[in-house]
Amino acid sequence: MTAAILLWSVSIAQAMLVIAMGCNAYRLIRGPRAQDRVLCLDAMYVIAMLLILTMGIRTGSAIYFEAALIIAVLGFASSVALAKFLMRGEVIE
Amino acid sequence: MSHAAELPVWAALLTSLLLLVGAGLTLLGAVGVLQFRSFFERVHAPTLGTSWGTGAIALASIVFFSSLGTRLVVHEVLIGVFITVTTPVTLMLLARAALHRERAEENPNVPSRAVMRRRGSAPAPEDGAGDAAGTPSS
Repeated sequence: MTAAILLWSVSIAQAMLVIAMGCNAYRLIRGPRAQDRVLCLDAMYVIAMLLILTMGIRTGSAIYFEAALIIAVLGFASSVALAKFLMRGEVIE
Repeated sequence: MSHAAELPVWAALLTSLLLLVGAGLTLLGAVGVLQFRSFFERVHAPTLGTSWGTGAIALASIVFFSSLGTRLVVHEVLIGVFITVTTPVTLMLLARAALHRERAEENPNVPSRAVMRRRGSAPAPEDGAGDAAGTPSS
């Protein structure tokens, strides 16, 4: 009973997160300007981290937590680097 | 999901509720990214996923692993705190970069630097940002 409840809710949550990632990927490809693409990339990092957390709940192993933490750190670093590039690298030079 | 069979019912229900709330908020933010018209509206949308989307899913993970192992597992708090602290930094940097780009192209839809200064909220001087008279290169 509890396993069925959890299985269904984890599956629905993963489907929702995948749809959210699809919306962000559409905007990442379509997005009119570079800042939209950077924004969507940052949002996709967060959604991938949430997908890995739900995968950890699904399998019941604690290994996925460390992968999620690493993705959070790398997503922050790469988004800040891309924002700084947009600020300095392209328009003025 | 054979490991979940020994989970108490209240823990399973709480985990499911938190998971669905978190994933639903993240989906709402992604739909906002898809639907809003301008970048400065769009930059608000993913914060739904980074505030309570992340918070609820991390709480679900805490509840699940705590009731499985019968001891308190709180290291998911680390992810929640990290995302909560870093997302405003990222989005502020990105919005300032976008504003700077729009001003350099003399887009009439964004307030110019002179307007901001007249309103008394003079932004801090930036390197290579061009002055109020506005002679942006290229």
